Amino acid sequence: MTDDTVRILNPDGGVDPQARQALDLKDEDLLELYRSMVLTRNVDLECTALQRQGELAVYPPAIGQEAAQVGSAFALGDQDMVYPSYREVGVAIVRGLDIVEYMHFHRGTWHGGVDDPVDRQFGMISVPVGSQTLHATGHAMGTKLDGKDVVTITYFGDGATSQGDVHEAMNFAGVFGAPVVFFCQNNQWAISVPLERQTAGEIYRKAEGYGFPGVRVDGNDVLAVYRVTREAVERARNEHQPTLIEAVTYRMGPHSTADDATRYREKADVDRWQELDPIARYRTFLEAEGIADQSFFLEAEADGKELAATVRAGIQGAPPRQVEDLFRWVFADLPPHLARQEEEMLRLAKEEEDG
Amino acid sequence: MAELTMAQALNRALGDALAEDDRVLILGEDVGKLGGVFRITDGLQDRFGTSRVFDTPLAESAIAGVSVGLSQAGWKPVCEMQFEAFSYPALDEVISHIAKYRYRSKGTTQVPMVMRIPYGGGIGAAEHHSESPETYYAHTAGLKVVVPSTPLDAYTLLRRAIDDPDPVIFFEPKSRYWSKEPGEPQMEGPGIGEARVAREGSHATLIAWGAMVTRCLEAAAAAGEDGVEVEVLDLRSLVPLDLHALATSVQKTGRAVVVHEAPMTAGFGAEVVSRIVEDSFDHLEAPPLRVTGYDTPYPPATLEEHYLPSVDRILLALEKVLTH
Repeated sequence: MTDDTVRILNPDGGVDPQARQALDLKDEDLLELYRSMVLTRNVDLECTALQRQGELAVYPPAIGQEAAQVGSAFALGDQDMVYPSYREVGVAIVRGLDIVEYMHFHRGTWHGGVDDPVDRQFGMISVPVGSQTLHATGHAMGTKLDGKDVVTITYFGDGATSQGDVHEAMNFAGVFGAPVVFFCQNNQWAISVPLERQTAGEIYRKAEGYGFPGVRVDGNDVLAVYRVTREAVERARNEHQPTLIEAVTYRMGPHSTADDATRYREKADVDRWQELDPIARYRTFLEAEGIADQSFFLEAEADGKELAATVRAGIQGAPPRQVEDLFRWVFADLPPHLARQEEEMLRLAKEEEDG
Repeated sequence: MAELTMAQALNRALGDALAEDDRVLILGEDVGKLGGVFRITDGLQDRFGTSRVFDTPLAESAIAGVSVGLSQAGWKPVCEMQFEAFSYPALDEVISHIAKYRYRSKGTTQVPMVMRIPYGGGIGAAEHHSESPETYYAHTAGLKVVVPSTPLDAYTLLRRAIDDPDPVIFFEPKSRYWSKEPGEPQMEGPGIGEARVAREGSHATLIAWGAMVTRCLEAAAAAGEDGVEVEVLDLRSLVPLDLHALATSVQKTGRAVVVHEAPMTAGFGAEVVSRIVEDSFDHLEAPPLRVTGYDTPYPPATLEEHYLPSVDRILLALEKVLTH
């Protein structure tokens, strides 16, 4: 990372005192940031385990990216809207989503992860890489038309920056002055393809081409991520100006539980990033500053275990949805050709049930 | 009685929808000051302002994708793809999101948008301006696919499409934009999913949509001169397909020919023929036939008259089913 990377916490947990002073965070916020990262880590590890045990079909681990996700989500207002990709469990936790409902996506019990995305202000899990960024720009254009005080943030990875949709989303956002924040978690890998095979340039500098600011931040520094996102959210809210944030982090796990990362990357690389673990770094800071004591850390860990257990209890052995749901929501009203197919399926399902 | 062209009827439908529902938005390439390359949005930006009717950058995937976000912010976007062959970059948003959002969100989050697509040939246009991609959309679960064939019906169907809670892909037959029809457009009448008998007959049924309805009516008139009574069924919507009207007509005549501009293989005509065979096999006097564009890329304009179904080709097919 070069000098223009925003950082408040050094990798050893030391702090830039001026930058620390400038934060609008109270001690309780500082503690909540830590707690949210620990919740995320616990849920994430539990879900990887649940996949290994056959309870989830597949799971994309977020381990290593907790600071990027928690710090950015913490900078949003209650009224703001999120459009995630598929690796944002930390954002989902900070935004107070029902994580059991969310994990039904990964169990294969239903698509989407969020039952009512507009009500929950959290778009559904989006797998076609980068496609959700267009929804974010459109949503921001829509709230601006209504004069609403809403900022929209969208999450995507370094691989997504190769997609035309991400370019189009940022270009539209610049042209329409959409109050949207483009939050790129540059975790260095798009499955097996490293960053240098995605772009010959620097991600955050692409913003210049769209006429709005681009910022690079140490994605494993929760305070710096919070600060740059907070600034971007305020810029969107007050000036209707988008921002592209590149949070430089590392995908410590495989792309998903179906992937074997040892086939394409060196252990030394992973070990080097292990030293930069966002939670350990922040804990060192909290201890050094005397903001948290041992009992707080134990409590946070216990909360993490409890949420992980809740997710396990909710998802383990969860039955398939009722077979009627297969047709229920395709259209507002079931058209005749679908009614025929539903009738056949229900008849066969009943025959099977009756033996 | 006053006459309207299809272009005027569509323009009036958009204007009336904008006036009656302040959540309706129009977006697309050149839809503002220019009024669209076919002038379908002519004058609407002047009437409703640049917030309700606006030009976008030249990017179809984004036009579709931001429409999803706009709808989730409570708007009803009516977006325009300038020509059918420019709608392909938007297919990912259409297939992966627009068609599926309602399903994936357990019915909580509709995408009540309309995507207008001028389509079809017969206008002497350059490459990429004359194709008929309706099957791509009809094959995608969760979309309604609507194609008007007359000015007054274009008004009715577009108003109904804008009111529809589901996403509607609205195909506009370019070669019929300047066709005229007397009468006052109205919202009432047969809705999406209801076919229309455009001409009654008892010997054979021609089934078509869009510009080919007119071509079929011409063929039916020619056949009528020889005493053959041909029924013409205008499907109006491919999804949902009016299975009842299709069966009723074919069971009456026992003979069916489907006519479309798109290529034959896996075209929507194959779907129509399958439905006929499944629902009306015992009533058939002859195998149903298709008269379609050929399985070639859309040809240069100077050859398109050989490619598009002609009255002669339709009459030939009618003769085959009548003499089987």
